Amino acid sequence: MVRLEKRPQPSRAFSWATPILAVIATMIFGGLLFAALGKDPVASIQTIFWEPLFGDFAFYYRPQLLIKGAPLVLIAIGLSLGFKAGIWNIGAEGQYIMGAIFGAAAGLAFYPTQSVFIFPLMVVAGAFGGWIWAMIPAVLKVRFGTNEILVSLMLVYVAEQFLASMSLGLLKNPEGFGFPGSRNLQQYASAHNGELIAGSGMHWGVAAALIAVIFAYVLLTRHRLGFAIRVTGQAPKAARFSGVNPTRLVLFCMGVSGLLAGLAGLFEVAGPAGQITIDFNVGYGFTAIIVAFLGRLHPIGILLAGGLLALTYIGGDIAQSQLGLPAAAIQVFQGMLLFFLLAFDLFTQFRLRFGQAEVI
Amino acid sequence: MKLSTLLTSAALALGVAGGAYADAHEKTKVGFVFVGPVGDGGWTYEHNQGRLAVEKEFGDAVETVFVESVAEGPDSERVMTQMALDGADLIFTTSFGYMDPTINIAAKFPDVKFEHATGYKRADNVSTYSARFYEGRAIQGHIAGKMTKSNIIGYIGSFPIPEVIRGINSAYIHAKKVNPDVEFKIVWAYTWFDPAKEADAAKVLIEQGADVILQHTDSTAPQAAAQEAGNVITFGQASDMAQYAPSPRVSSIIDNWAPYYIARTKAVMDGTWESKDTWDGIGAGMVSIGEISDAVPADVKEEALALKASIADGSYHPFTGPLKKQDGSDFLAEGETADDGTLAGMNFYVEGIKGDIPK
Repeated sequence: MVRLEKRPQPSRAFSWATPILAVIATMIFGGLLFAALGKDPVASIQTIFWEPLFGDFAFYYRPQLLIKGAPLVLIAIGLSLGFKAGIWNIGAEGQYIMGAIFGAAAGLAFYPTQSVFIFPLMVVAGAFGGWIWAMIPAVLKVRFGTNEILVSLMLVYVAEQFLASMSLGLLKNPEGFGFPGSRNLQQYASAHNGELIAGSGMHWGVAAALIAVIFAYVLLTRHRLGFAIRVTGQAPKAARFSGVNPTRLVLFCMGVSGLLAGLAGLFEVAGPAGQITIDFNVGYGFTAIIVAFLGRLHPIGILLAGGLLALTYIGGDIAQSQLGLPAAAIQVFQGMLLFFLLAFDLFTQFRLRFGQAEVI
Repeated sequence: MKLSTLLTSAALALGVAGGAYADAHEKTKVGFVFVGPVGDGGWTYEHNQGRLAVEKEFGDAVETVFVESVAEGPDSERVMTQMALDGADLIFTTSFGYMDPTINIAAKFPDVKFEHATGYKRADNVSTYSARFYEGRAIQGHIAGKMTKSNIIGYIGSFPIPEVIRGINSAYIHAKKVNPDVEFKIVWAYTWFDPAKEADAAKVLIEQGADVILQHTDSTAPQAAAQEAGNVITFGQASDMAQYAPSPRVSSIIDNWAPYYIARTKAVMDGTWESKDTWDGIGAGMVSIGEISDAVPADVKEEALALKASIADGSYHPFTGPLKKQDGSDFLAEGETADDGTLAGMNFYVEGIKGDIPK
């Protein structure tokens, strides 16, 4: 008989090994899935993981990893602070949208004036947009005790409607022949979040993501607030006794995660995406939740996890085109990653015991 | 310093490699970028049928590749670049939202031809193409006007953009022509494909008395809702949706991209491809009218087919005056037809339609 026994202490070794085991298991079972679809499993896995990094056109795909990974990391870093403290902001997608709308609107308000002050103003507006959208569930939680998971999630759909309205109305390109979508910020020099070094993929969003990683690392390991976050997550009562103010912690964690999601939206709309359109959001806010957990809620881990997920997206698209793998199979493959992560996570807290349970 | 030098040379190589690889193979390689899954049963499904038709037509002389469910924006730029790097000669980008990305990537790969569906931006190596769906809407409007008993026709709009507004106007004009008492109720779903929302919209319209549902969204959910309600008819959109025939689905507008895709691939193979704007309708076969089922009386069917024939041979234009705009101002004088520019940017209802276009 096999049974699970709770470990007296969570296993540190397993905590670190889990993501690696999850990736290996995903490769094995993903390979089986691809084989079942009649595709060469080794070639498929190789295309997904190897091609973007070391293939013939790696010079193009490597910068794309930064472009795809930056918003994921930036959002996930913000979410991880709250998640560590047991504050669940599930609505980063909405905050990402609002950041993009506020930021783009701030820039477009000055069109066609050129000024060095426009982009910084857009950054502030984008951060504010994300922050204020996250403040709604935060304030409702601390004031009326509402559930932040539900409120923040529902506000995603509100933000999506708002996005559609903006694309069709207020922010619609006046020279767009009545079609939805704003002016393209890539063609408005003062508002364009372009590459810092040509061909590198480095834009201000990538820089911001790296800064956020360092900021979060220092906060969590060196700052009193980071201590408060960790204690609240592990032992809420102890946290109260040690003088942590739960209200302020909720406002801080929700605020920072909203702010970073808003920044991610702004950098995306001003750079790689260029436009506010009805379908501007592509799920970064939700995928970032996976990234946060895949990265063990640790800043460095999140950086690696963001890179890994970006890799599966880019490699997945290459595999679709080169090998004819259906998009759904790639999505299952990505889903497996989270599934195996959670499955192996069990062994951090529990261990397998074989044989009869001892009578106590 | 070293890193930046490396990256700059890589960036230069991008242009060079694209050119070199484009000629390093014999088969003509055609790429398709799809916004939805190929199994959506509507928009993307029909584009994929076009792709399969190209494969069938040219056999071993072509190789087609596709990526489905590609988000508009940077993801689509990456997928297009990847296809170009992998040696595609011709790339079809099949959603309006791919417009700026297509133009961006086309500038980086001057030797690769691009075809963008439903947009208005062209370049030396970017053509645009779209279908005159409003021609099909005229036939739907005619059948709808004849068939309705409650004189209330429901219309599920996707987004209030010229394409959709044109369809509403065309259907209304022709419904009104055969039934002066007809009234249109329009619900905006703000989606192209969302079965749950479309079903809700259909139910709301049926509750308000509509016994004909027209839709500019791609799922079969309105058909299912109509079947449940009974005595409500619908029309297939983008695809035939024949599984709901003979009723509630009494006819359909089908996007038929195959002739265009074959012609353009041929042009690339022959070296005769050039940038142009194509806007074809029933006449050229880009818009097909699905079988009108037996649920429609024979005389109505005959009239509808006559209307179709007159549109196909060009003797009748669905937007022919006298027509007024909703606010009562003049739109088209007696015998005048709408020019393509007006149609492309149509942002007003014709006289008689109630309600405002959402802003």
